[in-house]
Amino acid sequence: MTDQKTVTPFQRHTSSWYESSARDRVRLLLDAGSFREFIGPEAREMSPHLDLFDLPKQFDDGIVVGRGMLGGKPLFVAAQEGRFMGGAFGEVHGAKLTGLLRAARDTRPAIPVLILFDTGGVRLQEANAGELSISEIMRALVEARTAGAKVVGLIGGRSGCYGGGGLIAGTCSALAVSEHGRIAVSGPEVIETNRGIEEFDSKDKSLVWRTMGGRNRRLIGGADAFVDDTIEAFRAAALLLIERAPAFDLDMLKAEQARLTERLQRFGDCADAVDIWAREGIADARSVPGLSTEAFTAIADKAREPRYDAR
Amino acid sequence: MTLAEILASLFPAGHDVVQDRGILLGSGPLKDGGHITVIGVADRTPLGIDDLVRLSGHVLKAVEAGGRDPILVLIDSDSQRMSKRDELLGLNEFLAHLAKCLLLADMQAHHTVGLLYGHSAAGAFIATAMSTRTLVALPGATPVVMDLPSMSKVTKLTIETLQEKAKSTPVFAPGLDNLAQTGAVLAIWDDKRSLADQLQTVLGEAAAGDRRDRLGKERKGRPKAADIAERVRELALHPA
Repeated sequence: MTDQKTVTPFQRHTSSWYESSARDRVRLLLDAGSFREFIGPEAREMSPHLDLFDLPKQFDDGIVVGRGMLGGKPLFVAAQEGRFMGGAFGEVHGAKLTGLLRAARDTRPAIPVLILFDTGGVRLQEANAGELSISEIMRALVEARTAGAKVVGLIGGRSGCYGGGGLIAGTCSALAVSEHGRIAVSGPEVIETNRGIEEFDSKDKSLVWRTMGGRNRRLIGGADAFVDDTIEAFRAAALLLIERAPAFDLDMLKAEQARLTERLQRFGDCADAVDIWAREGIADARSVPGLSTEAFTAIADKAREPRYDAR
Repeated sequence: MTLAEILASLFPAGHDVVQDRGILLGSGPLKDGGHITVIGVADRTPLGIDDLVRLSGHVLKAVEAGGRDPILVLIDSDSQRMSKRDELLGLNEFLAHLAKCLLLADMQAHHTVGLLYGHSAAGAFIATAMSTRTLVALPGATPVVMDLPSMSKVTKLTIETLQEKAKSTPVFAPGLDNLAQTGAVLAIWDDKRSLADQLQTVLGEAAAGDRRDRLGKERKGRPKAADIAERVRELALHPA
């Protein structure tokens, strides 16, 4: 990657996270010129399986992993490229993230890891390898957290965070999400294909956003921070969440068990996101999707103060 | 084998595993005099948020009780429940939470063993059997990431073409043997022998730590994963 020596605050404030490539997100997010990539595109470690399907490969298999500085402190970072095969997890793609998390597990003193998710889930052309890589990543992530590393997920790319990506996100210490960040397991089309349009109409974009989008995730407690679609906003959130994120232990998991059980009890009978938001005490729940980030954050903080002890 | 036959062979002296709405919870005695906690999914039940908190709650209780009792995860499930309600309420968190509980248990000396005795798919498979230290299967188990008809839709290739390709590469095709070749499944048990004996053996053998990528390399199902992961780890730990 072309590692520019300077990044101005102006660039960070004006660059859209959603519109940026994985490489630009990393370059602009970290302290200027600090990023060093491991097994970059020059190494040409590509998927060994896509030839079978006559599909184009990419020199980095759609993920950038390396080391850099954030606010003067070292960390590891991984960024998925949502524009290559929907950011999907294949054998090489997944193994790069597994290796990075195993390094975080073995690094003393522990340093944080940032995962810039942008993925539709497992790459079907190498489905078994991709599925298994999700499981290996989750185990390595938990081992890294147990060793003291904070693992923070940043979600706001065009492919969202679906399938196995959603499970890895749920394993992270903390999550920041933007308007564009959708977090789910089954995608809208998959639900519609399997259960019918009455269950989920994938063409109804407003339904997709209010069900899986960043605002609902923030309001139910599925994400810790809701941020603007700028590099600067994600940078500020990453710095905050690295400080606040909980350790990984039995107490945290008991707190998460209580948090999820409470969610089922409070909202288990809600038919739509708007019903949940109304029950959260938001007076004009229908207006939530149209609110500015500032106004939304104020309302969200009042309805459900972020807690940092149960993820 | 039916679930009743499996439980009888695992626990010839009896057990207290109860099935309720597709979810198995309980425990049973081991041959060596020890005790094993049991959770599971039966009857190809899709795994939804209400089921998941029951499973994770049982695992947490076992960890909280202390000791070193192993945990057995019996799986014959569908995929995760595909519904608006489950996704609305954050299904990804519930699945990840169960996986985290199983991983914590294993790290706190409760050796986790997955026994895939029927079907499983996608996120449900990752959060249950795949989140154990030692995954074994019974002959005839049918794990899939995605079925060939759906895969045919996404890849725009005919099912016949996919079946042909599946012969030369196990990496995408559904089925137990293909998945085992990638390293996900440690061993396929013999259903003619006592499952209690085979469980006792595997509890004594499988060491902690994730060696699935190396197993996949040995079995030629995943040529690159182990080396790539190790190279990244080395570069990250020893920057040039």
